[in-house]
Amino acid sequence: MADPRIVIVGAGPAGTRAAELLVAAGLRPVVIDESPRSGGQIYRRPPPNFTRSHEQLYGTEAGRARAIHATFDAFANKVDYRAETLAWAVKDDRVFVQKAMTVEQIPYDALLLAPGATDRLIPLEGWTRPGCYSLGAAQITLKAQGCAIGQEVVFVGTGPLLYLVAYQYMKAGIAPVAVLDTSSLAQQLRGLPLMVARPEQLIKGAQIVSALRQGGVRVLRGVRPLEVLGDDRSVTGMRFCDAAGHEQELRCTAVGMGYHLRAESQLADLAGCSFEFHPTVRQWLPVIDEMGRSSIRNVYLAGDGVRILGADGAEVAGRLAAIALLSDLGWPIDQAKVRSLQAEMRRHVRFASGIAKAFPWPHEQVAAIPDRTLICRCEAITAGELRASVKDLFSPEVNRAKAFSRVGMGRCQGRFCGPASQEVVAAANGAPIQSAGRIRGQAPVKPLPIGITEETSRG
Amino acid sequence: MQARFVRLAEQERRPIVLSVDGVAVDAMEGDVLLTVLMLHRGFARISEFGDGPRAGFCMMGACQDCWVWTGSGDRLRACSTAAAEGMDIHTSAPEGLWPIPA
Repeated sequence: MADPRIVIVGAGPAGTRAAELLVAAGLRPVVIDESPRSGGQIYRRPPPNFTRSHEQLYGTEAGRARAIHATFDAFANKVDYRAETLAWAVKDDRVFVQKAMTVEQIPYDALLLAPGATDRLIPLEGWTRPGCYSLGAAQITLKAQGCAIGQEVVFVGTGPLLYLVAYQYMKAGIAPVAVLDTSSLAQQLRGLPLMVARPEQLIKGAQIVSALRQGGVRVLRGVRPLEVLGDDRSVTGMRFCDAAGHEQELRCTAVGMGYHLRAESQLADLAGCSFEFHPTVRQWLPVIDEMGRSSIRNVYLAGDGVRILGADGAEVAGRLAAIALLSDLGWPIDQAKVRSLQAEMRRHVRFASGIAKAFPWPHEQVAAIPDRTLICRCEAITAGELRASVKDLFSPEVNRAKAFSRVGMGRCQGRFCGPASQEVVAAANGAPIQSAGRIRGQAPVKPLPIGITEETSRG
Repeated sequence: MQARFVRLAEQERRPIVLSVDGVAVDAMEGDVLLTVLMLHRGFARISEFGDGPRAGFCMMGACQDCWVWTGSGDRLRACSTAAAEGMDIHTSAPEGLWPIPA
């Protein structure tokens, strides 16, 4: 193919590394990015008039962040970069995009999706109170706005991001009240043999926990969060059960919560990609080969939007997917380079499986969400209403339950209730989690403004 | 209501003034609307489903829990819209748009 039309969705670590290789091969891909500036979320760039250094913004990852930003900037005029643009559907080899009040269809010969991830959440009594944010939100507020989400913050959930964000808040001058981890120390030790695949990450993690303790931050493991306390004006505290089974309350004005990430796999779904269930993370993810080829001939998947491996893993995945794409279009490939990237990839996969073991998604806590708790933030639907769609209306899986209860049908389209909804539906049916399925992607994958107009299609 | 976010850095930016629910508020160039609202108002919108005020949640354009409106009725995502001098922002939908009265 002489001049193939290639579209990349996402300009984070995976999208940047993929675009870099395509540009090096002499191609000019379209790069669609929802943000105003490239970098993605973990290396998110603040507005141009902010002055903090990469070291202040990204800490130990400053070098990697700088490299990703510099790489993108170096080829920015060699790609068709579409900032502040949402890819909202994929159909018939076209990506449908929206920018401000216009939509456009972009036809492609090959599509590389690197849309990233969002926080994976467990609904908690009181989680809609003003002052309660996702962990990602707490981090973005600090990085991209120079603000903390509150004066007295409790971080709750599990996973590396829980500790990292708490540490970043402490370094920025607001030491959190506490870090409440649902994973126990025993579970964390069980993940060690796999996590040694990336010893440098393991050491960083240990240093962060020890710095938090030295900074006077309470770090409690094996907790069961019970309620975000407060009134309709604000968060006032956090109630939880500690590892010994005693109920405790902490005063705070803000809560940051999150349990790892969930892949933004909706566009892959709309492109027709097959999915498979991954028991280690209890998520349905698109099927890929070891290069990042999906089940659809000209669709390639990379980064946290297909496997949650973090930013370093996303860089490797972006490179592999771009090599696969080039190879399928007839470009020669460097087999030695592919083998070395695949070896690196296996190390990331091994480390990620250790993380999943060490900081498990506490599915038994999810299944036991009280009936009165709002599971759907968008439309204020309770876990009890979702259970009724199973018990009274016999929904065997989440899409039927969604039709009856509207859980997953609101404006977030299941991003924040979906993973919990799967656990609640499966438990209410007394069936394994796989049987509850996954909420299917629907176009538009995010709400579009009313009154948009279509630009002339380019093909 | 109350201030929620706390400014920790980047405080040397050019000041701007915009309007939130008819009240003039100070902000800085580079702030997103949600930051302005969380420094001055404490919430972004009132849930249409009767469960009180909301203050955003994901800060990355995914949860749609920070919708606000302009005086002319355009809907904005506060977490991903830059604040600008003279903006006219409302935490409730202009009359007759949404929610559609029963």
